Amino acid sequence: MKCKGVIRQLCDYLDGELDPALAEELEKHLEHCEDCHLVVDTTRKTIEIYCNTEPLPLPADVRGRLERALADRLRES
Amino acid sequence: MPTHLENETTLVAEARAGSAEAFTALVNQYDRHIYRLAFNITGNREDAEDVLQEAFLKAYSNLGQFQGDSRFYTWLVRIAVNEALMKLRKRRGDRSVSLDDPVETDDNQLLPREIEDWGPSPEDRYSQAELREILFVAIDGLEPHFRTVFVLRDVEQFSTEETAELLALSVPAVKSRLLRARLRLRQRLNKYFKRG
Repeated sequence: MKCKGVIRQLCDYLDGELDPALAEELEKHLEHCEDCHLVVDTTRKTIEIYCNTEPLPLPADVRGRLERALADRLRES
Repeated sequence: MPTHLENETTLVAEARAGSAEAFTALVNQYDRHIYRLAFNITGNREDAEDVLQEAFLKAYSNLGQFQGDSRFYTWLVRIAVNEALMKLRKRRGDRSVSLDDPVETDDNQLLPREIEDWGPSPEDRYSQAELREILFVAIDGLEPHFRTVFVLRDVEQFSTEETAELLALSVPAVKSRLLRARLRLRQRLNKYFKRG
């Protein structure tokens, strides 16, 4: 597998959805290609950092307005 | 993705029968997630708040149409995504926002630049507030058709198939956009997270 092949298969590999034979080929490439190794590693970290972010509590004023809008609608119905 | 409420089916049924308490329980479970989703897609707090309100008001008005063949949360997200994309189109005026925008097919454009080591936990170099700002600015710089796929797939953690269904896209289209979104975000974050 060449560098372009690694990039094409990157998502399936990181998501654990790559065919095992192809994954083995990709990992062999990573052993001797420092650039691809770093791209795989930093893309994995990119995904991890985003998926570890917790949603913030709603700002009090936003929650207040949402509650009032819903209360109005519930009263109408 | 938020925890699925154990009694969700019951709450939805009660809300459909007119229980305000049941609907409020659903709102309280999912409001933060819908707000984050809306903020990440629209890139604007005011729009995110409007989307949040509209999504819950529409969900309430259309509860009768909810078939129960998906999670209530998935149904709610579909409403919120549509509202968020409408906001984006309005705000950007003439610059049309479409999920059908053509995707470049030249693989050479995918080959990453600025390849540097980030070290084990690069995010720890920033405070929570700084990190949130960095991540938001990076997402906001993506085109809407990449951003929306990334937000659903990697931030809200829907599966590829669910993301495809939510956006009425094919699975290969989602995968293609996700690859480009992930690579572009990696590139954008590089300057903050690279070693040294």
